[in-house]
Amino acid sequence: MFDWRWDFAFEILPRFLQAMLNTLAAAGVGYGIAVVLGLVFALAQRTPSRIVTIVVRECVEFIRSTPLVLQIFFVFFVGPQFGIRLSPWVAGMIAIGLHYSAYLSEVYRGGLDSVPKGQWEACTALNLSTTKTYFRVIIPQALPPSLAGMGNYLVGIFKDTPMLSVIGVAELMQAANGIGGSHYRYLEPYTMVGIIFLAISLPAAGLIRVFEAWMRKKLGMN
Amino acid sequence: MEDMSQYPLELTGPDVPMVRFMNVTKSYGALTVLDSLDLDVSEGEMVTVIGPSGSGKTTVLRMLMTLETINGGVIYVDGKPLTHMGKNGVLVPADPKYLRLARSSIGMCFQHFNLFPHMTALQNCIEGPMQVLGLPKNEARERSEELLSMVGMIDKKDQHPSRLSGGQQQRVAIARALAMRPKVMLFDEVTSALDPEVIGEVTGVIRKLVAEHNLTMLMVTHQMAFARDISDRVCFFYQGKIEEQGAPESLFGNPQRERTQQFLSAVKAAD
Repeated sequence: MFDWRWDFAFEILPRFLQAMLNTLAAAGVGYGIAVVLGLVFALAQRTPSRIVTIVVRECVEFIRSTPLVLQIFFVFFVGPQFGIRLSPWVAGMIAIGLHYSAYLSEVYRGGLDSVPKGQWEACTALNLSTTKTYFRVIIPQALPPSLAGMGNYLVGIFKDTPMLSVIGVAELMQAANGIGGSHYRYLEPYTMVGIIFLAISLPAAGLIRVFEAWMRKKLGMN
Repeated sequence: MEDMSQYPLELTGPDVPMVRFMNVTKSYGALTVLDSLDLDVSEGEMVTVIGPSGSGKTTVLRMLMTLETINGGVIYVDGKPLTHMGKNGVLVPADPKYLRLARSSIGMCFQHFNLFPHMTALQNCIEGPMQVLGLPKNEARERSEELLSMVGMIDKKDQHPSRLSGGQQQRVAIARALAMRPKVMLFDEVTSALDPEVIGEVTGVIRKLVAEHNLTMLMVTHQMAFARDISDRVCFFYQGKIEEQGAPESLFGNPQRERTQQFLSAVKAAD
């Protein structure tokens, strides 16, 4: 029944290395998109224009209320019908980045709302422009309370990268499926994928907490 | 709709006040906070606003800092409209761009200091001169260090606000506001959030400002003795109107109106 084969495990290990790098790249690029786009979504909901606010808020709600897999399929398979042909990588990055930007925009929103009104008033009294008020005063203070949530979603996006295997992005899950299919052995590849994910997620969560504490200290807020 | 043609596009003449509230009304829904306020403050004058809470005294300062919009009337600063701008010969509500330009001559200190917590004392002071006035860093730094020395905070210039006491934070906040070289300074209950033993450090700085600088100042305070000492004029607000105003000796020493007498004796009893 339980016949773990070490020789097989070592034989397939090198094939996971490239896949692991791809997974990390996908998570990193997707997260990069989400961090920037999420901030854009959060700020867009604070403009004086009510129409912009409503449209962006509804888009965020829509993205958060539909499955990631659906969004990946949509960008990859429906896009070409509108003349937008994307490689699996590009489509996957757009879909996962967009998906997580919706979640991150909510994290930022909470952080931005936590900055006291007096800070805005001080900026008015110093006559700072709206852009400088945001980028020099408000966002630096909104960041530390957002870091915990941002860290959660960094681990979250990393764990969601296997979804990209459905459109053929060569990440860990895709590699494990391939190995399993060609050798008719699934125990070792899937177990190894699980261990690799665990080995990256756990220290990452710890590092994020360290980073959060460092950031608070650097910004003089304890 | 108010007839705006009754308000001049600009104040002219030999004695244009630094600040003029002309028929200014402020209301929140049905609640009228200020009712047709007329108030002039001359250049270099120190005017203190006193009154019971809810009398609209803080609102006067907040409107002047453009933190609150007004519902009627016009505020002029240095002869030019602040809340409005001229368009085709009449005054229309100021747009954000005009507002930014118009309020550049006003500085304000707040009850809760509102220093930027992620910046040191010095960085707080440098921020405005560099980011708004476009001063080069060394010049902004020189100016800020001079002001921090003036308020006695130069030793703590590299500390973040979280490491400073309330009195120290408020002194940094005064330096930060002065670094913008305002013509009008507003002090909104700057000692109200302080422990009694440090109030003196902050009032001391304001005394120094009055003595050494020709700044126009408007102050809201509950420190009656302080107000009496340093004001050129004291305005007693009651229910959104100026009930009585005059030189501190006469207003505190010989108040004419019953409301003023009641307020002053209530304050005295509390001391």
